[in-house]
Amino acid sequence: MSTSAEQSSKLIRGAEGDWEVVIGMEVHAQILSKAKLFSGASASFGAEPNAQVSFIDAAMPGMLPVINRYCVEQAIRTGLGLRAKINYNSLFDRKNYFYPDLPAGYQISQYKNPIVGEGEVLLDLPRGQTVKVGIERLHLEQDAGKSLHDQRPDHSYVDLNRAGVALMEIVSRPDMRSSEEAAAFLKKLRAIVRYLGTCDGNMEEGSMRADVNVSVRRPGAPLGTRCEIKNVNSMRFIAQAVEYEARRQVDVIEEGGSVALETRLFDARVGETRPMRSKEEAHDYRYFPDPDLLPLVIEESWVAEIASGLPELPDDKKARFMRDYGISAYDAGVLVGDRELADYYEELANGIDAKQAVNWLNNEILGRLNRDGHTISDCPVSATSNNTILRLVTEGLISGKIAKDVLDIAWTAGGDPRTIVADRGLAQVTDTDAIEKAIGTVIASNPGKVEELKSKPNLLGWFVGQVMRETGGKANPQSVNTLLRARLGVPAEG
Amino acid sequence: MALPSSPTDFTLAEARDALRARAISSTELTSAFVSQVAAARPLNAFITETPERALEMAAASDVRLSAGEARPLEGLPLAIKDLFCTRGVRTTAASRILDNFVPPYESTVTQNLWDAGAVLLGKTNMDEFAMGSSNETSHFNPVVNPWRARNSNQSVVPGGSSGGSAAAVAGRLCLGATGTDTGGSIRQPAALTGVVGLKPTYGRCSRWGIVAFASSLDQAGPMARTVRDAAILLRAMASVDPKDSTSVDVPVPDYEHEIEAGVKGLRVGVPKEYRSDGAPSEIDRLWTKGIGWMRSEGAEIVDISLPHTKYALPAYYIVAPAEASSNLARYDGVRYGHRAADVRDVSDLYERSRAEGFGAEVRRRVLIGCYVLSAGYYDAYYVRAQKVRTLIARDFVKAFERCDVLLTPSTPGPAFALGEKTADPVSMYLNDVFTVPVNLAGLPAVSVPAGLTTDGLPLGLQVIGKAFDEQLVLRVARSIERAAGFDATPNAWWRAA
Repeated sequence: MSTSAEQSSKLIRGAEGDWEVVIGMEVHAQILSKAKLFSGASASFGAEPNAQVSFIDAAMPGMLPVINRYCVEQAIRTGLGLRAKINYNSLFDRKNYFYPDLPAGYQISQYKNPIVGEGEVLLDLPRGQTVKVGIERLHLEQDAGKSLHDQRPDHSYVDLNRAGVALMEIVSRPDMRSSEEAAAFLKKLRAIVRYLGTCDGNMEEGSMRADVNVSVRRPGAPLGTRCEIKNVNSMRFIAQAVEYEARRQVDVIEEGGSVALETRLFDARVGETRPMRSKEEAHDYRYFPDPDLLPLVIEESWVAEIASGLPELPDDKKARFMRDYGISAYDAGVLVGDRELADYYEELANGIDAKQAVNWLNNEILGRLNRDGHTISDCPVSATSNNTILRLVTEGLISGKIAKDVLDIAWTAGGDPRTIVADRGLAQVTDTDAIEKAIGTVIASNPGKVEELKSKPNLLGWFVGQVMRETGGKANPQSVNTLLRARLGVPAEG
Repeated sequence: MALPSSPTDFTLAEARDALRARAISSTELTSAFVSQVAAARPLNAFITETPERALEMAAASDVRLSAGEARPLEGLPLAIKDLFCTRGVRTTAASRILDNFVPPYESTVTQNLWDAGAVLLGKTNMDEFAMGSSNETSHFNPVVNPWRARNSNQSVVPGGSSGGSAAAVAGRLCLGATGTDTGGSIRQPAALTGVVGLKPTYGRCSRWGIVAFASSLDQAGPMARTVRDAAILLRAMASVDPKDSTSVDVPVPDYEHEIEAGVKGLRVGVPKEYRSDGAPSEIDRLWTKGIGWMRSEGAEIVDISLPHTKYALPAYYIVAPAEASSNLARYDGVRYGHRAADVRDVSDLYERSRAEGFGAEVRRRVLIGCYVLSAGYYDAYYVRAQKVRTLIARDFVKAFERCDVLLTPSTPGPAFALGEKTADPVSMYLNDVFTVPVNLAGLPAVSVPAGLTTDGLPLGLQVIGKAFDEQLVLRVARSIERAAGFDATPNAWWRAA
């Protein structure tokens, strides 16, 4: 969907011409659910080590998994949010490998028959363009536990709280062509799951983790050999990791080498990727259908019921914002990227000029939040109060400048904007007599400037400023301007 | 009905009635069995005896019995295969890797038995992880069959894997026992020890809390002296279990009801593929006899073909090891069970704990399982075996369009000498040739003692039914039992030992 000019701007300049980077992603999103995927144990974050481990999670002899219906519902909901095909029949498989944080010696996952098939995600890029990224599949699987190697020099410990927690693995097609698109994909995916309430998208706590597949090629050439970068655990790192890795691959090829198919780890401290596993340790996972679980059969009516309860999703909301509020694709994209921000905006724009509202939000509110390190959810001034401030401007009761002062006061001291304006006497002076009086004072004390004005009509601005100061900034600047021109004989502009 | 002179000669049904009639107390009954168990140690039928617990449970049952609050199995002493996890009682699966494992939970099947008032005598010996057909793969040494050939001092195997349970029932060490059957592990030892062994329909009994061997085949079932006793036990063991997704929600009927109704008017199928080549063996002759009994009791005999039977054993020895290789991965020395000492690193911990903890047959099957699931071989072995499995199940579906039950031999032959087949795994695996197809198809089947070889060793006939048709299977088995009039018992040579 992007233009060719746009395309060329994404290319990487090499020593011998341009290269194109090709990116696909596998995202592990932890399902928002009280209980784990196959056991009744709690799935919450931050408990004492091994406090949330059932006999099933610890793979005690004779224990059997039982599918958590709510996790299935969450996966379906996410599939619908990705505009993907829901597979009414899917299977759970065992992925066999030994590791101390994998108690059963196998992970229950979905290999050949995932619960969700092909879908798509639209990326909102700056300058308002949209890129479509294909979703290959979404499947359900268990998380592993956590190995702790730093507790004692001679021992490793295992925390199984996370073992068995439900994950959705969402696999994209290799449809991204820049680090910017990779970051936008993850951002969009996060927005979608958060809208749906199927994952909290918290990358710091590890509830959303991305493995990024990167390869480079000459534009139009077949796909190059890819490297999988693991451990890319923040939006910021994703761009860094892709940039580094693409450049590394270009350098390898241009120096006559070839890129090895391998798994690499992103080291955030140095901003580099390095090899993680060698080929010698490549696993044969011996996948086979888990005989402890029946095929997962989903009723069409259930999917329909879940679909009917879906919230408005980012793309629909964006379209509505552009249509109903008349704001730009870019502004709408930014707003809907965060459900709370979009909600805030809707309350803010209620009944007032929508473009004025979006400017106010972008310039005043987000600026202050940024400065204070806050997010929209803990914004100290409510959307309703901001709506009131903008209404006061429209009503001509305060100027745009005073509006910012009112916001500052509300920001730090709190209070209702109308009360603030009344109590602090911030209402604009539109009373002509008072303004005339102030004009009189300014003219009387500056006869030299009056004289000068005759040859330099630009000096009128200086007079406006003086009158504003005389009125403590409360005079309506428009009235001041009109009255001054009349009094000093400066013709109106235009 | 005249009661036997010794309480340990009671059938389970007789003991139940005697307890209710207050002719005997559970404490007296249980004490008698506790002594029998202690006296029978040469059989090596038990891995763990639980006499104190047995007497405590018996005392509690006596309180209920005198209060008139008896439950279906109130006060009846049973032996439990050591594959069922029992809370607070060591559960080993006859493996060194679990030789110190005491489960903090109770399997659903055994919980059902205790809820019905049964008394635990102890945990019975078995093939390690239920892998074997002679009970010789146990880490706790082989079980010895209570039976011996006439005029012979040669020990013979009890069959396996539920060899300890079979020997305990045959030797009058308990009123009944639990077994598990993955490829014949209830029916084959039942046949070799002259007891009744029932493998229910897959999904009839919960697998929760039973150490897994091959999840898609494993099924718990009763072993008892009579068909009626097996029916009583099955009713208590069976349940749908929300903790086992593969258990099936079908009502549990009173299996004792109509057990005496006979076979008049029933169509009994006889599959030609179960006939051995060449000269008819003793088991063939017994089978022919059984067919005769059915006919004279008024059943219609129908010749049946199950064309894919010959592929069952190879398919089984791919599917079962494949599942086992994955199911046994959890025994890694990390959380419980045997852990090798002085390990260098985590790979060393795995390799040595498992090499030391598993016996040769278990290691063999884990390796076979890993092989058939590995990349490049999966389609040729595992996928193919699953297709065969479908064909075998279809054979049975077609057969049951023409008959109500199938009658076959339980085993190709009687009990064999200890050590006779251990050197040749394939000859050992051939013991399961008549039992394995039933597991692959998930059907119910019972082995019922029907006669003795000329040497005086027991032989069994197998009745196979449609899914969840245990009631009819038991009814036909009861008919055979009645016709066979099997009343031979092993002479208790071990008491003199």
